[in-house]
Amino acid sequence: MKTLMIASAMAVALAAGSAAAAEKPDEIRLGITAFLTGPASVFGEPAKAAAEMMIEEMNAEGGIGGVPVSATFVDEGAGGEALLAEYRRLVEDVDVDAMFASISSGNCTKVGPLAEDLKVLNIMWDCGTQRIFEENDFRYSFRTQANATPEMLATVLYLLKTKPDFKTIAVVNQDYAWGRDSWAIFSTALKQLKPDVEVVAEFFPKFGAPDFSTEISRLQALRPDVILSTSWGGDLDTFVRQAAQRGLTNNSTLVLPLAESSLERLGDALPEGHIVGTRGDHYFLHPEKTGNEDFDAFVAAFKEKTGAYPIYPVFHMSQALAAIKAAYEKAIAANGGDWPSREQVVDAMAGLTFAGLGRDVTIREDNQGVEDQLLGTTMHSDDYDFALLGDMMMFDGDAVTTPVGQISADWLKTLSPDFVESVQVETFN
Amino acid sequence: MNAQLVALAVFDGISYAALVFLVAVGLTLVFGVLRVLNVAHGSFYALGAYATASVGGAIFAAGYAPWLAFPLMLLAAVLIGVLVGGPIEKFLLGRIYELEDVLQILVTFAVFMILEDVQRLIWGGQPFFEATALNQLGTVTVFGITYTVYQLIFLPVVAIVVLIGLRLGLRRTLTGRLITAVTEDREAAVTIGIDVERIYLITFIIGASLAAFGGALASATTSVVPGMGADMIVLSFAVVATAGLGQIEGAAVTALLIGLGRSFAVYLWPELEVLIPYIIMFGVLLVRPSGLFGTVQARKI
Repeated sequence: MKTLMIASAMAVALAAGSAAAAEKPDEIRLGITAFLTGPASVFGEPAKAAAEMMIEEMNAEGGIGGVPVSATFVDEGAGGEALLAEYRRLVEDVDVDAMFASISSGNCTKVGPLAEDLKVLNIMWDCGTQRIFEENDFRYSFRTQANATPEMLATVLYLLKTKPDFKTIAVVNQDYAWGRDSWAIFSTALKQLKPDVEVVAEFFPKFGAPDFSTEISRLQALRPDVILSTSWGGDLDTFVRQAAQRGLTNNSTLVLPLAESSLERLGDALPEGHIVGTRGDHYFLHPEKTGNEDFDAFVAAFKEKTGAYPIYPVFHMSQALAAIKAAYEKAIAANGGDWPSREQVVDAMAGLTFAGLGRDVTIREDNQGVEDQLLGTTMHSDDYDFALLGDMMMFDGDAVTTPVGQISADWLKTLSPDFVESVQVETFN
Repeated sequence: MNAQLVALAVFDGISYAALVFLVAVGLTLVFGVLRVLNVAHGSFYALGAYATASVGGAIFAAGYAPWLAFPLMLLAAVLIGVLVGGPIEKFLLGRIYELEDVLQILVTFAVFMILEDVQRLIWGGQPFFEATALNQLGTVTVFGITYTVYQLIFLPVVAIVVLIGLRLGLRRTLTGRLITAVTEDREAAVTIGIDVERIYLITFIIGASLAAFGGALASATTSVVPGMGADMIVLSFAVVATAGLGQIEGAAVTALLIGLGRSFAVYLWPELEVLIPYIIMFGVLLVRPSGLFGTVQARKI
């Protein structure tokens, strides 16, 4: 009888407690999608390693609001259908608190509506297509980094600021959505900001093409001032190496918006004087963050663990993790210190400002993150056996991101050559 | 398009064709003798590339002489052919020659998938690049365009040497004549006492070594990445089907056609580049269903 009374009293007390706040969970479970197989594993593997390191460090410092974080990884390389099935399983069976999806823009496009159906916080942690929040109005999805439009626009600005007199340009992009879309954004912006430029050749070799010899021969005959390639991974490495081997890099300036992720692999094959982008302000020698104790310690630990310096997907992962931590903390504070419900955490994402390894990122009202853009020109140094970035410029994220509610393709057409001077830029040497 | 551009397109086409030929000829040789369309051929190509790039990277970093890159390629190709190709023929394909063609293709496809994962286990997902061999030979300027000697001269020369070597080997050596005999008529070859199992093994090792050699040669020009074997096997199938199954000279001519078609497409109509091999295959098979050099085979009961 006595036992029963105590048990009832406890049950009442517990019920009363949970009425005031959501029950504090044993752990915060994350589901993270990334390419662990296929060509894009050059991004997924470092990001996964980074997530594991950062979550371990986060948990050592007490997790989020005293609750430890755990992560389950899903391979995007298994294909879109498998990804959606696994996504659904993680949300419904494993009962994750938030999903981080994904690297592929195609996958982001697919999981956006699914996250709405499942009512799960979905952080689009790496994908670049600008269309996500221009064509959809999502409650549950947020992007904790920039998108293709600011990345390409900042590249055009850097090119115009460093090589204002160039006359001709050619493009060699991979033949898939990103290769085509990025060229559409780049060429639209370029035509507005420098109308007299002539496009002398457009090549879209097959994704994963092992040989660019013919393209390179033709580019040598055409001698464009500038050659753009938004390729990445093995494709970019092959193109840059073949171009350098045959001296194409002596006559034309390469503009490589994703080459930050290839610098170390390319070694001395990437000569000096070519333009490199970082998809945000992502660089292991970040001009403002190097010297910062935590940053330097992470870079060293990452190099130690993986054998390579951190590249942009690592920064993107740090931003997604920083965002979810900040969102929980904001929601806990808003809830008077009690544990927030999942919906309250989603509410807290709106307008959130957080910082991963790079500068602050702020989530806009359309759930798109605003992130500054860092670009530089390759230079060689005695300290590293691969090209580093010199003449770095940081472009203000607000100025180069399509305004809320507008479509990038239309907004870019409203720009004029004056725009180049109007964007706030900081230079580092 | 002026004469200069035509010449450039021809150069590019020939150097591309050389690599394609080396891989396709191994595939067609194996088919001619074993009558098995070996999907795992693409794996030998990738393994040859990975082995050369990773071992090369390690020994050149350790300070060994750069010219070792060339013998290394041959060594890697032979080792892959013997150590990987040999057991696959001996213990796997050897058991299924009596089964239906479709089953045989499925088995080689399974081997291909397994070897893809083996590559991932050993070498991971990061691209390898090891261009010491290519850098050794330097560059040459033709019509104001810089080419690497490796691609413009070395690769085509190697391809021609392999073509002539195979022809002479098949006609002048005893093993070659035995291989030819088995290709012509297996039953008759058995009745006159030829050890067909041994011939199968030798042919398969040669074919696998040729694919690995193609991969080893390619590794100096391109990033070695997961999935490179799949791309090459698709292209090789196109070459072999266009040429006529089992046709060695046909493979050379078709590789050249595809190489030239592809490079002219880049100059004239870049969007068509990816389609060229298949357009050529389609056109040829429409007119000659057994391929350019294929002969109509009497069906065996």
